[in-house]
Amino acid sequence: MSAVAAQRRTLPGFGLTMGLTLTWLSVIILIPLAGLFLKSLELSPEQFWNILSSRRTLNALRVSFGLAFAAACVNLVMGSVIVWALVRYRFPGRRLFDAIVDVPFALPTAVAGVALTALFAEKGWLGAPLAALGIKVAFTPVGIFVAMIFIGIPFVVRTVQPVLQDLDPEIEEAAGSLGASRWQTIFRVILPSLAPALLTGLALAFARAVGEYGSVIFIAGNLPNVSEIAPLLIVIRLSEFRYADATAIAVVMLVVSFVIIFAVNRLQRWAQSRIPAR
Amino acid sequence: MTIEVRNLVKSFGSFKALDGVDLKVDSGELVALLGPSGSGKTTLLRIVAGLDWPDSGEVFINGEDALAQGARERHVGFVFQHYALFRHMTVFENVAFGLRVQPRTVRKDEAAIRARVKELLDLVQLDWLADRYPSQLSGGQRQRIALARALAIEPRILLLDEPFGALDAKVRKELRKWLRSLHHEIHVTSIFVTHDQEEALEVANRVVVMDKGRIEQIGSPDDVYASPATAFVHGFIGESIELPVEVEGGAVTLGGRPLRLTADGLAPGASKLFVRRHDMLVGPPGSGAFEGAVRHVRNFGPVQRAEVALSGGQTIEIDAPRDKELRAGDTIGLEPRRYRIFAG
Repeated sequence: MSAVAAQRRTLPGFGLTMGLTLTWLSVIILIPLAGLFLKSLELSPEQFWNILSSRRTLNALRVSFGLAFAAACVNLVMGSVIVWALVRYRFPGRRLFDAIVDVPFALPTAVAGVALTALFAEKGWLGAPLAALGIKVAFTPVGIFVAMIFIGIPFVVRTVQPVLQDLDPEIEEAAGSLGASRWQTIFRVILPSLAPALLTGLALAFARAVGEYGSVIFIAGNLPNVSEIAPLLIVIRLSEFRYADATAIAVVMLVVSFVIIFAVNRLQRWAQSRIPAR
Repeated sequence: MTIEVRNLVKSFGSFKALDGVDLKVDSGELVALLGPSGSGKTTLLRIVAGLDWPDSGEVFINGEDALAQGARERHVGFVFQHYALFRHMTVFENVAFGLRVQPRTVRKDEAAIRARVKELLDLVQLDWLADRYPSQLSGGQRQRIALARALAIEPRILLLDEPFGALDAKVRKELRKWLRSLHHEIHVTSIFVTHDQEEALEVANRVVVMDKGRIEQIGSPDDVYASPATAFVHGFIGESIELPVEVEGGAVTLGGRPLRLTADGLAPGASKLFVRRHDMLVGPPGSGAFEGAVRHVRNFGPVQRAEVALSGGQTIEIDAPRDKELRAGDTIGLEPRRYRIFAG
């Protein structure tokens, strides 16, 4: 009797949904990733090391990860400001701005790349005044940085927005009546309450920027060792039929991304544990 | 510390939340703002705290013009209905918050802050919860922590906005007594907002009854219960029987039938007769001002409650002593021991 009772659940369909989940995740994510690893095993450790330690590969990885991180940090700051304005104030056009945030999600990345390149090219609307100041954006690493900011912004906004909406404005009033200045309220009360969501947003924006290809290659100039991103190097290797080289770079990107995402995840869990659900 | 507001007016769009409110609170008083929702009591409290600003009028705290200061400078302790605790901080850090954000020149050192927080946690009898997070506390505990946090800054006055509104009935009753004794201990001038008359009458030294943005009556709990100043106060505080009557030359009629009641000195016209439920005395038919048939009787608590259909058609509820024999179907006479008639 007890064995039968234990089998019964209020929510039916555990077996079915769990089976589908595992199958689907395997087919869509795990098997392709395993294939990637297997392919890289065709290389001896020595070859693997030689590919990775080549100057071009290292520079490509540095450009990809370094700029992606910088862009994610910029998005974290600006995204927070945008969320604040969208959630806390009522102004004409708020809904429009709220919708505009999603544009980088929806726009084909190639279109974004072409648009940004046109805008920041030496004769473009923004490129021309910047060039006058001696700043070159298009066809330099700065261009990659700009493209990565563009595609990453919705990730920060959309992760932080619901959490800020949930944050009771009364806690700001409480902080104020306890004598806290505006800055103290922001840094001691609001930001710590948002920390888990901010970290998630940072991780997502970073992951997106690391993997970005379409918009970046138009604006980057793709100069080896200077403005060549790792995903592009993989494509170049593939077009040269150097499949093992391509997979070696891919595996490194995969591992580094995974480690970073995992670390951020742990950090976020830790921050979350200090703010148990109400 | 005294609080004085003069002629406060505040509108939210077309809704008048405060419509000319004057109030003086003396040092050490514990005053209740009592009224239905939308009566403006919370708005009044928030304006005194500096969390809202009036359209016109003046606010003085200890004789100083408070409207010239922001919430931060007023040194007012504010307790929110939903606690508004900082959920990422421990109980200890919540209480310490007001001390930690003080300007460096006046800030206490760490040892003094720890001692003060300890003292406050002892005062609210929750020192054993210092390392917990707010989400791990019950509602009653959270509100006591919120109170300790508000008291940490040694506020000049203490304002509580429906402090027990989100708690269940039993905890409310405990906290009421506790708040009263706490106030007795620390004597800080306090105003609390409530829509619960029992809470107001039991806790406060003085009760301010509000309706539609105006003050209806200010008085001791006994006053507002025993001699309500307006029809609204009579209807809102205590359980009353309310009957529409006509006053004409000192005589009172209900639905055209004369009642053996006097209304000397009252303006003629449509009026309202108020009688407390327990002030309606039951007698044999024909013995009182009213006559009616008992519909049904419920026996619980210290009295029996009877629903009576008056001969004029109105249905009222009365509270009769338990030793009075009442059965459904009886015809009885009713005589009000005390009553009030208000014009309008």
